[in-house]
Amino acid sequence: MRYILDNPERVFELTVEHLQLVFSAILIAAIIGIPLGILISRVKWLALPVLNISGILYTVPSLAFFAILIPYTGIGKTTAITALAVYSLLAIVRNTAAGMNEVPAAAVDAARGMGMGQFQRLRLVELPLAIPYIFAGLRLATVAGIGIAAIAAVIGGGGLGRLIFDGIRSIDANRIVAGALMSIVLALLAEYGFSKLALLLRPDMRVKAERG
Amino acid sequence: MFGSNDPLDFINHIRDNQDQFWELFREHMELVVYATIIGLIIAIPLAIVTSRIQAIEKPMTWIANTGQAIPSLAVLALALPLFGIGFQPSLFALSLLAILPIFLNTLVGIKSVDAAVVDAARGMGSSDMQLLFQVQLPLAMPFLFAGIQTAVVQSIGLATLAAYIGGGGFGDWILQGLAVRNFPILLAGAVPVAVLAMIAEVSLGIMRRIVVPKGLTV
Repeated sequence: MRYILDNPERVFELTVEHLQLVFSAILIAAIIGIPLGILISRVKWLALPVLNISGILYTVPSLAFFAILIPYTGIGKTTAITALAVYSLLAIVRNTAAGMNEVPAAAVDAARGMGMGQFQRLRLVELPLAIPYIFAGLRLATVAGIGIAAIAAVIGGGGLGRLIFDGIRSIDANRIVAGALMSIVLALLAEYGFSKLALLLRPDMRVKAERG
Repeated sequence: MFGSNDPLDFINHIRDNQDQFWELFREHMELVVYATIIGLIIAIPLAIVTSRIQAIEKPMTWIANTGQAIPSLAVLALALPLFGIGFQPSLFALSLLAILPIFLNTLVGIKSVDAAVVDAARGMGSSDMQLLFQVQLPLAMPFLFAGIQTAVVQSIGLATLAAYIGGGGFGDWILQGLAVRNFPILLAGAVPVAVLAMIAEVSLGIMRRIVVPKGLTV
């Protein structure tokens, strides 16, 4: 705690850096993952291989993943964001597909009966109904991302992990506690903040996310 | 930079250091196996008790869910100022984190047993213990197994990080490879861990399908 009070600017700077890492990765993952989730809910035979491959990729420990990427993407933020985006992708694809599959067939039929085309149905009926699931996927990806981003500090990704690893290296409990506490606070804020946000958007729906 | 241009050079490093490779493998697996066993010993009774006492079910579930949101590196790092460096603090952190998925899955498993089945067992004169061991736990098996699978895969990853607090395992080579900027050493640690995690996920998945009766698959 003392470290946070003594070095508020430094802690703030690392927190911002941490969030930048996570949000750039989530943004990339969402741009790829949401369309991919929609695709596999339409093209059924694609669903199993995509979910299986992403499921197995997800089991690769993050430190190992960072290390394996280094020969290709070097030390630094690129590697960190690439790995984070891959992990986030799984949660987003899986939950988007689940959301699309949960859309009641009757709603789709009604939309079709009203003369809506493929894209109108998607935009006006299916996506709005799948929103709670997509949000659950984003929440899961963000919470997990905050944890994984902390590890990215060892490969030069920056962020709050730097406090933790610097603290471990110099056996400085103050810095370890500062980094650990801040990352816990961020993760919990994301976990509960996202749920609140989802309820604001769609107060009628609560869903549980599908963990990886 | 980084010693070698051929990414496959890590295979040579493993071949040249086979003794150390198996030593790291042993350290890594010891952490994983012990953490999972400790997780099981604590989580299963905890889930059984929680499933019986309505009042604590909500708070316990909340605690476990919140615990899963906490970055694992934070837990591991906090073990250092509390317990120092080495195998034991690493095992402590890994076990703590292994409890969560096993607890949550077992609880969901027990809770998902059809009320009619429980009634039928009671009607046949089952005692509390018979109900638990002959009806609820067997029916919760698929969930329990999923929990163990998650705990094992998660522990393999965490054991890699444990190298930073002196826990040993394949993380040692990753750490060393990063420190001296040497690709082959880095990958000699990273690739086996990645393979290990994937093998654990797939083989435990297959085992689950074999052990759990078809009618019970989730």
